[in-house]
Amino acid sequence: MLSKEEVRYIASLSRIDLKDQEIEVFQKTLTAILDYIEKLKKLDVSGIAPTSHVLPLQDVFREDRTRPSLTKVEALRIAPAQAKGSFKVPQVIE
Amino acid sequence: MKEFETVIGLEVHLQFKTETKIFCGCANRFGDEPNTLTCPVCLGLPGSLPVLNRKVLRYAIRVALALNAQINPVVKFDRKNYYYPDLPKGYQISQYDLPIAHDGSIVVSTAGQEKKIGIKRAHLEEDAGKLIHDGANNCSLVDYNRTGTPLMEIVSEPDLRTPQEAYDYLTALKLTLQYLDVSDCDMEKGSLRCDANVSVRQKGAKEFGVKAEIKNLNSFKAVKSALEFEENRHRAMILAGEKIVQETRLWNDEKAATFPMRSKEEAHDYRYFPEPDLVPFSLAPNAVEEVRRDMPEMPHAKLERLLKRYSLVEYDAHILIQDPHIADFFERCAESYKDWKKICNWIIGPVQQEMNSRKCGIGELKLPPQNLIGLIEKVEQGVVSNLVGKDVLIMMLDTGKDAQTIIAEKGLAQVSDTGALEKIVEAILNENQKVVAQIKEGKDSAMGFLVGQAMKKTQGKANPKLLGDIIKRRITDG
Repeated sequence: MLSKEEVRYIASLSRIDLKDQEIEVFQKTLTAILDYIEKLKKLDVSGIAPTSHVLPLQDVFREDRTRPSLTKVEALRIAPAQAKGSFKVPQVIE
Repeated sequence: MKEFETVIGLEVHLQFKTETKIFCGCANRFGDEPNTLTCPVCLGLPGSLPVLNRKVLRYAIRVALALNAQINPVVKFDRKNYYYPDLPKGYQISQYDLPIAHDGSIVVSTAGQEKKIGIKRAHLEEDAGKLIHDGANNCSLVDYNRTGTPLMEIVSEPDLRTPQEAYDYLTALKLTLQYLDVSDCDMEKGSLRCDANVSVRQKGAKEFGVKAEIKNLNSFKAVKSALEFEENRHRAMILAGEKIVQETRLWNDEKAATFPMRSKEEAHDYRYFPEPDLVPFSLAPNAVEEVRRDMPEMPHAKLERLLKRYSLVEYDAHILIQDPHIADFFERCAESYKDWKKICNWIIGPVQQEMNSRKCGIGELKLPPQNLIGLIEKVEQGVVSNLVGKDVLIMMLDTGKDAQTIIAEKGLAQVSDTGALEKIVEAILNENQKVVAQIKEGKDSAMGFLVGQAMKKTQGKANPKLLGDIIKRRITDG
């Protein structure tokens, strides 16, 4: 069973704020998923090529030709806040 | 005193100069008004889907081939998950376990010899947006124009041993990339960026020391300075018995020092997984071969060939290959004129001087190869002196006319008419009888003075060699 700390860590990576009660729920549900993966690991897949995509497709390209971009106004319309023609976000310090 | 060894590996990010971004049709351009080059794909809006730019993959194969790397026959993209405001999707499309290329190498001239530096891997990814911190208003501003710019990350093996070696590696790598014509390679514009990993250990030790990753390196010189700083910092800490922690540090150019990056201490946990929005790509041998056929000659091969074919000295050949267009220009000149050393001298001397002062490449100078040869011939025939020849070159570049035309129009041809020169010499000798007497007493150095006087009289147009001969004969005979 996943520990409370592990669930909190996973939640923080996803920027999800969980209440203590919810953590207990996810301890169970996430563990069930992991257990299922463990079961899958036991399958003999030696004859199966590794698959990274579910569609039997490869090499899908576009040519290097420009298409119109959104206007600044259109792009910024979805911004929660804007300033000086840019998306405005809480200060990030490095 | 213990002997230390520094171990350095570099990560270079290269922006490709394609027309469009890696996964969408927005123009891939630097310097536009913020947020005018975005679309639902590069803004990461729900429901949008990335599609790979064919040219990006082609450029990536070019880089892989130039780095003599193994190319994976099938590659895929993966999501690298992290939250930062310059990354609108909350993940960067990158490559994890199946990069374009791995296990390559590049030959670097360093400390007077050639050293092969390993290339661990090279993979494709998308660039992030640009953040401007506005401390006064307690906010950050994001420009998403750069989001989705095609990037190739080139990771060296930890084969570099000194800051100078790292500098030389970057120089060689940049030249190779410039030859491929896939990027501007301009650090100022950010189309070439570099992070450095450095650690210090006892010489002969098997294990690496604890490494520091250095970011914010804005020039090759900064890379070298930052590595020198870190090398000293690590050594001092080891000698003092202090524990080095693995961390990311930022180089501060003004203070000439690195400082730990202030950020939340959260282990990087990128949770890579295959990008479900992109299908895999095959880099089958025949597709790679097709790219290989288009490959230009690489700098190292060109150097060897120029040395052999034109019997140039290493120094000259090195300068010529710094710009493939200049090397080409040299070779085109060399087709019709056989004094290759002379051509080389003109190119790396006056011609490059003019390129620098005009801030342009050889292609933008109004100088077809035959015009340079025409000028060299006029100088060699003694029609104009070397010095006047340089002036003629400037006028040729200003007007696009050939040497012969300029010389005729400006009346620059040296006076090689012996009759006219005899008269001038006679006058000079009469005016300077004291000097003549000195020369007769054996003071040969005074000859130069007389030649100078005669040159002055002809406004520099006299053939100096002819003039010298006449003066000498007159004095000995008279």
